[in-house]
Amino acid sequence: MILVLPIILPLLIMVVLIFTRRWLFFQQAFSILASVVLMWVGFLILMDVQQNGIKAVQPGSWDAPFGITLVADLFSAIMMVTASFVAVVVMIFSPGFIDKERQTAGYYPLVFGLLMGVNGAFFTGDLFNLYVWYEVMLTSSFVLIALGGSAEQLRGSIKYVTINFVASIFFVSAIGILYGQAGTLNMADLADKMRSWDEHTYVNSALMLFFIAFSVKSALVPFFFWLPASYHTPPVAITALFAGTLTKVGVYTMFRFYSLFVVYDQMFWTLFILTLAGLTMFIGVLMAASQFDIRKILSFHIISQVGYMIMGLGIFTVSGIAGAIYFTIHNMLSKTNTFLAGGLVYQRSGSYDLKYLGGLYKAKPLLALLFFIPAMSLAGIPPLPGFFGKFFLIKGGFEAQQYFITAVAILTGLFTLFSMVKIWNEAYWKKEPEDVKSRGKVHPATIMATSLLALAVILLGIFVGPVMELSMQAGEQIVNPQMYISAVLGK
Amino acid sequence: MESIILQIAARHLRPLLIVLSLVVLYRGHNEPGGGFIGGLMFGAAYILYAMAFGVAKTQESTFFNPINLTALGLLIAVVSGLPALLLGDSFMTGAWYTFFKQTAFELKLGTPLIFDVGVYFAVAGMLMLVMFSIMEE
Repeated sequence: MILVLPIILPLLIMVVLIFTRRWLFFQQAFSILASVVLMWVGFLILMDVQQNGIKAVQPGSWDAPFGITLVADLFSAIMMVTASFVAVVVMIFSPGFIDKERQTAGYYPLVFGLLMGVNGAFFTGDLFNLYVWYEVMLTSSFVLIALGGSAEQLRGSIKYVTINFVASIFFVSAIGILYGQAGTLNMADLADKMRSWDEHTYVNSALMLFFIAFSVKSALVPFFFWLPASYHTPPVAITALFAGTLTKVGVYTMFRFYSLFVVYDQMFWTLFILTLAGLTMFIGVLMAASQFDIRKILSFHIISQVGYMIMGLGIFTVSGIAGAIYFTIHNMLSKTNTFLAGGLVYQRSGSYDLKYLGGLYKAKPLLALLFFIPAMSLAGIPPLPGFFGKFFLIKGGFEAQQYFITAVAILTGLFTLFSMVKIWNEAYWKKEPEDVKSRGKVHPATIMATSLLALAVILLGIFVGPVMELSMQAGEQIVNPQMYISAVLGK
Repeated sequence: MESIILQIAARHLRPLLIVLSLVVLYRGHNEPGGGFIGGLMFGAAYILYAMAFGVAKTQESTFFNPINLTALGLLIAVVSGLPALLLGDSFMTGAWYTFFKQTAFELKLGTPLIFDVGVYFAVAGMLMLVMFSIMEE
């Protein structure tokens, strides 16, 4: 029963929010409460899975491989907890930041529509169902990105919609090819069948189509260009939510697919994924370093950081995967946090452009601190979680004797530090420029939300031991897909 | 554009189409039809009315708001999964009950029909929402 809750709860919340769309205060309060409940459900699933192993249910009592299976393993449960925590924070942040028109135009129902899609993608065990959850998620995000309808937003959303539709075509054609060959859509069943095939002509082409689809959605080189072209257009609370959920669902799915379906030609896939990971990290961070808009710098950083996660996937040892999982948790929190801190800067100074910013360290030390924590975490300064994330990944890289990619990862870390320091110098340290746009007030709710997230980042750094242990267990489940297969098929 | 022929036709066709959409909804489980097509027909009835009389007048003549109709549909669809839990089955398992067994009026009803009703409302509401906002332009 509990496994259907991550999907039907957001749906029910959405229905309530649609009926009450005129009562703004109720919407704000209810959304915070509802997202906390969702996180609690995530925790319950996580505890359950940790104690009893991978869990599968069959809604409608149609047994696998015929019905649609919902599966929870440690990785999906961890992802759900983290994503719903990001949602809690953004829900606290939004009332103080997003204008009333947008808030009453369906912002809150759409956020829960997005969360329903995200949770569905985490827990489904069926290929076509996964595609449907991706569409649910993307439809909500299309509307969220265009919500309010300013010219800049519409420009961004057209790029976003077009490229994501193309990716969906790749996705669904790959499903078609695999279904044509295997006659099943159940992921565990498909993985099981694949392991006993004599002939596998179409597998690699289908997997490559999947890979293209998910690398568009998680913004890998060379398919990343839509992200910086659209992410900076909506209000920063929406961008923060996207940064903490959307691209990470793509990464999650790649992990799941690699674990289940990459049976043949592993040498090729390792080399291929590691090459792309290295390019993604490096190109992302180089482009970030050349930007002057806070939101654009951070958007390019998303790309660079996705490269790290994919590096863990390419290494594909327990410690590499565990490092990547820890890094993903850290990134979802820290990245969202830097975006929210950017929002605070905007409230205070009326701009995201570094040229018009300055003197914030002197004027508002708290704002500076709230940016400093996640930024240094992203740059990988101990004892913040970014350091441990990179440390475990690099350690995993050395253990797997992938020296080149490890060197690229270390070098990229240096550039990350550079671009974070750039924001820090320009917005916080340098003198306030003459032509400062405005001197607004910062809403207390936004400060509270950002502080909560910064606290979570620090705690993730302090409790690195237990979290890493959990990630190791999750990594083991990913590296040994047989556990997943037997949990679903019951053999 | 005001056309007296279209107006008279629309006034009489709307109730007819709604009844027909209910028939299509009911027979949907084993025969062609179902919530989606029924919902489209229900929406089409109102769109026809709106073409004849304009959107504003159509909205006056309806007692529901399209957005609320969609939300209601979603709610019904989720609720249809719950009886299975009370019976101890997995979520969304179909539960059937036959009324008037072995008579001429044998009527088989079950939770999949409730789910279809949910789809019916959701599709109808969404269609009307989209079409009304396009026609208002």
